[in-house]
Amino acid sequence: MPDISTTDIVLKTENLTKRYGGVQALEGANFELRKGEHVAIMGDNGAGKSTFVRQITAVEQRTDGKIWFDGKEVNFNGPIEAREAGIETVFQNLALADDLDVPSNLFLGREKVLFNLGPFSILDRRYMRKATEAALVRTAVKIPNLSSTIRHMSGGQRQCVAIARTATFASKLIIMDEPTAALGVQETAQVENIIRTLKANGEPLILISHNMRQVFDLCDRIVVFRRGRIVANLRKENTDGNDIVSYITGAKTGEAELAAA
Amino acid sequence: MAQTSHGVGGLSYDAKKRAWPAEFNVFLALIILVVVFELIGRVFLGDSFLFNTRSDVGGLFNQARLQIIILQVSIVGIIAIGVTQVIITGGIDLSSGSIVGATAMIAMSFAQVATVNGNPNPKAMFLAQGWTDLPVIVPVLVAVGCGLIAGLINGSLIAYTRIPPFIATLGMMITARGIAKWWSKGQPISFPTDSFAAISTGSRPVVIFLALAVLFQLILTYTRYGKHCYAIGSNEDAARMSGIKIANHKILVYTIAGILASLAAVVLCSKNLTAQSGMGVMYELDAIAMAVIGGVSLSGGRGSIIGTVIGALIFGVIISGFTFLRLDAYYQEMVKGVIIVGAVVLDQWRQRMRALRA
Repeated sequence: MPDISTTDIVLKTENLTKRYGGVQALEGANFELRKGEHVAIMGDNGAGKSTFVRQITAVEQRTDGKIWFDGKEVNFNGPIEAREAGIETVFQNLALADDLDVPSNLFLGREKVLFNLGPFSILDRRYMRKATEAALVRTAVKIPNLSSTIRHMSGGQRQCVAIARTATFASKLIIMDEPTAALGVQETAQVENIIRTLKANGEPLILISHNMRQVFDLCDRIVVFRRGRIVANLRKENTDGNDIVSYITGAKTGEAELAAA
Repeated sequence: MAQTSHGVGGLSYDAKKRAWPAEFNVFLALIILVVVFELIGRVFLGDSFLFNTRSDVGGLFNQARLQIIILQVSIVGIIAIGVTQVIITGGIDLSSGSIVGATAMIAMSFAQVATVNGNPNPKAMFLAQGWTDLPVIVPVLVAVGCGLIAGLINGSLIAYTRIPPFIATLGMMITARGIAKWWSKGQPISFPTDSFAAISTGSRPVVIFLALAVLFQLILTYTRYGKHCYAIGSNEDAARMSGIKIANHKILVYTIAGILASLAAVVLCSKNLTAQSGMGVMYELDAIAMAVIGGVSLSGGRGSIIGTVIGALIFGVIISGFTFLRLDAYYQEMVKGVIIVGAVVLDQWRQRMRALRA
């Protein structure tokens, strides 16, 4: 294997495996993500997509396999370590605090401090506000009012805040788990615009989605999971919707293509 | 903030949708209440509630009444400052009244004089040990220690055993009351030193209450601790996923509430010059009521110390107003109950309306 620190590979997994008791949720997943690349993960419910992401973000501990991130092999003890290393996740269930304003949500758990007094450290509110505005510009997110709480924002606005949060810090990889599943048409378009902005900025992304149009619109490459295994890894130029569906449903098996790739 | 546009594409921006701070509504309620008492007074008694009508004292307002409005809620108000923080994190503290009782007994026994009118103090608990006429700092530190221990136990129980705060603090409520009775086998503890009695002379309880209120309002607004209070009360799972150490934070919040309850005990027994095991009964509920009237949401995440202080003032105005109208104390309690329920109903209604408009 070539020295990973000199390549442009951001994330690589080798033989990533997860068993829950006797249930094989993920088996031997070999995956690579390069700089600036947007990769979609597709598959039926229970195919292992979310399990795969949970191993990378260390929400769960893997049974077997290796992970390289940002040039070195990593063994995160929990999601906070993964986040500190630069993996930002937009969770399906929106990890936001309703009663806080936008800057407080963006900096939740990693507040910028003016001077340190332990738990009573004084917050640098000006800095956080400025950084929030910058992050919103970078992600092209527009929200009604920075200093009002997010409780009464729409689903789309809240999702935008969650995404802008990933752009506030120097993230090296963004993972989104069905970011538009609960959104309306207009709001979905808004979130997709943000993803395009991330692409233009060269930020690598893993997108879990069931939406075929969205995946073909936004991503360079599509990885299909079926029954805990990666069954296809296709550049979008070399495939189409029907092809992907055959892999998802198992009408086509991916042995030949994977071997060729 | 100005109407800045953040890049291309996006959702509508409406600056007018900015809501009033919740405290404003509570303040409005306070004003209305004062006006109602003023009008009733003018019409039926020919006297003013708020303004000075006597010729032998100066000033536009009735100073004595204003002072007593705050004075009579200061002690429970100090407790309410801590209770507010607990409720903002989504918890509840039922033990504060009993912590007041236990702390008052223990602290007072370290604040006694050796001789009363030339005779040995009959009530002194530690006369034999010679722990009498101690400097004022000793009973105050003992009190803070009591509150700290009680709060630490509350917080640790809630953080580590994951039992509901209601149960943990209910246990502390009963236990601490037991300790208060056991400490002197039910006997009152009296005859404090002059320096201890000086803590609560005149309007000092008001000064202590307001100083603590300002301090903790600043802490809630400007520190990481404050931000995390709101975050945990708002969405505990999100706070945990964001790396906030929930257990440590909860222990700190309940410890602060315990210490504030013990400071209330110091002010209370310094003012009464005696400590009794029944002190502080029901204070926890009055403190919770002040917070709730002041707009602190029992489901967590919303509220402020300013709101609670205004809630306490509403309490004070009701008590003073009923005395002013020469109505019996029975009516006060009936009205207090109605106002507590009314405040929560109103708050929820306001939340629903805001959700509909958004």
